[in-house]
Amino acid sequence: MTETNARAPETAPRIVTRNVTKVYDTVAGPMVAVDDFSLDVADGEFVCIVGPSGCGKSTYLRMLAGLDTHSSGTIQIRPGSDPKKPLNSVVFQEYAVFPWKTVIENVAFGLQMRGVGRAERLEVARYWLERVGLRKFADYYPHQISGGMKQRVSIVRALANDPEVLLMDEPLGALDAQTRIVLQDELLRIWEETRKTVVYITHSLDEAILLGDRVILMTAHPGRLLATFHIGIQRPRTVETLNTAEFAELRGAIWEQLGREVTRAMEMQS
Amino acid sequence: MSVPAERPLAAAGSPVGDATIGKPPAAGLSLPAMLGILAGVCLLWNGVLYLTGLWAPLWWLALFVDFVLIVLVAERIGRNVPPKRRKLYERTLAFGFPVLALVAWQLIVDAGILNPLWFPQPTRIAAALWDLTVHFDRFSGTSLLGRPWLIPWKFESDGWAGVWSLFAESHVWATLGRVAAGFVIGAIPGIMLGVVMGINQTVRLMLDTTLSAIYVLPKIAIFPIVMLMFADPFGEGPKIAVVALSVFFLMAINTMAGVRDIDPVFVMAGRNYGARGLPLYRHVIIPAALPVIFAGLRLALGTALIVIISIEFLRAKQGVGYMTFYYWEVLNPEKMYAGLVVVMILGVVLTYGLQWLQKKLMPWARG
Repeated sequence: MTETNARAPETAPRIVTRNVTKVYDTVAGPMVAVDDFSLDVADGEFVCIVGPSGCGKSTYLRMLAGLDTHSSGTIQIRPGSDPKKPLNSVVFQEYAVFPWKTVIENVAFGLQMRGVGRAERLEVARYWLERVGLRKFADYYPHQISGGMKQRVSIVRALANDPEVLLMDEPLGALDAQTRIVLQDELLRIWEETRKTVVYITHSLDEAILLGDRVILMTAHPGRLLATFHIGIQRPRTVETLNTAEFAELRGAIWEQLGREVTRAMEMQS
Repeated sequence: MSVPAERPLAAAGSPVGDATIGKPPAAGLSLPAMLGILAGVCLLWNGVLYLTGLWAPLWWLALFVDFVLIVLVAERIGRNVPPKRRKLYERTLAFGFPVLALVAWQLIVDAGILNPLWFPQPTRIAAALWDLTVHFDRFSGTSLLGRPWLIPWKFESDGWAGVWSLFAESHVWATLGRVAAGFVIGAIPGIMLGVVMGINQTVRLMLDTTLSAIYVLPKIAIFPIVMLMFADPFGEGPKIAVVALSVFFLMAINTMAGVRDIDPVFVMAGRNYGARGLPLYRHVIIPAALPVIFAGLRLALGTALIVIISIEFLRAKQGVGYMTFYYWEVLNPEKMYAGLVVVMILGVVLTYGLQWLQKKLMPWARG
């Protein structure tokens, strides 16, 4: 069940990350944020990255998204058969839903930037809003809807863009516990229907095990790959999965390693 | 059982305070009763002062106590206002008190306590304003508004040139035109430079020091130089230029701060969803900076009015500032005050105009 080296899956991987290092030059000298990190993600795989704060998991995601540069190594997302399709779309923790655009304009934004005509992109946006139950709120501005609804908008904005890879940076981190559970369920349902390739960053081990095919643990200061766990729990999963014995067993095994790492990271900070 | 045990302790600590804590709030008196009490107490206080002959020398004390009495009663009324009447209550305070203050001003000057030369009664200021509006000043060839009621008649006799001549004789339109021209000429390049400085660190480092230094310089101080440059001290050029300059620096600095304050996650999201170059500015950076840009425009409007009125005091043959100063020279205080009222009205109208524009451009803003 546990393997310390990430092995490339049988099919050609969608994402290839080899020996990636990110060094920030600070006044106090170079600061290594990500150190020699390698990870391959197969087509249609849901990979969750868990680690203590400051382990460089968000930095890795931004490098993957092309929003940040890496110091050495290679990061590649393999393009699909349709060259017009965007390689990746990010769902940000702080939603990053544009307050100056209505809900539907936000969802259609990626398509608009790619030059899709108004009627077509609004139709696609309406379809996705319908799927997350936000059709009624299409013409609302973000300040008029709740945090959970904003994050739904942010998620379908990425899905409406139809990317090869969906990158999610602690998307549920800012939500309250109840809304979080509802959205986890919704994410499972949508993923089951779309089978997108997903890289999902989270603080929550439960969330990672519930959602992922694979859970990657990272160490902090510098961010290194600690361990990889395959999650064999049968799909389709729902939040009920959290109550199964299989889940509890897996969580116990993973926490044994993660807990040690979290303690170490906390000691380093103090 | 710990709660009853604590109560005597608290009571022992503050025997007086404890007696009032548990009581329900006293049922409020009815509104007419409250107003009756207020009128009675005010009448009593002012009456006693008046009868003892102390009101005239102590008028400021009398008014201060009246003010405190009104505040006390209004607070009591405010506590018992039902939510439905809340708006009415707030409006009454916001507009009723200024009216009351004007009435007090009128009465004090009428009673000969204040010199009408310095503080002409509000009614006389209103009359002066009316006088300025309807009459054409033959000596300077000007009027306040340009006598718009003559437009049909002038159009018939002289065509569009006749209508233009009416606008050209107006103080208000002269001032408005200078403010509007200076505002547009200054704000648009100012906002553009501010955006560039907010985005590009190199440009910001090169220009920020200079801009901040010029920003604190009172723009009226460059007026003499600008007059020389234009070689036309009474023309419109230097006036508009100085308004434009003061607006330009303010807008550049404000917009720069606004753009730098944009949450980077919005820019990241914009880039990730394919916005590059101009679309990134149009869909992300400009809308994100708009609230700060509008806050800057409101500041700039106030500055523009200060600058234009000062310039019209100095060098103008027309304009609200010129008019106010002219009536100082001929010592006509009512009309000086009327000039101030016109400036205030101009400021309020222009501010409302900006708010209207803001609502049009930022329909997403709260409230």
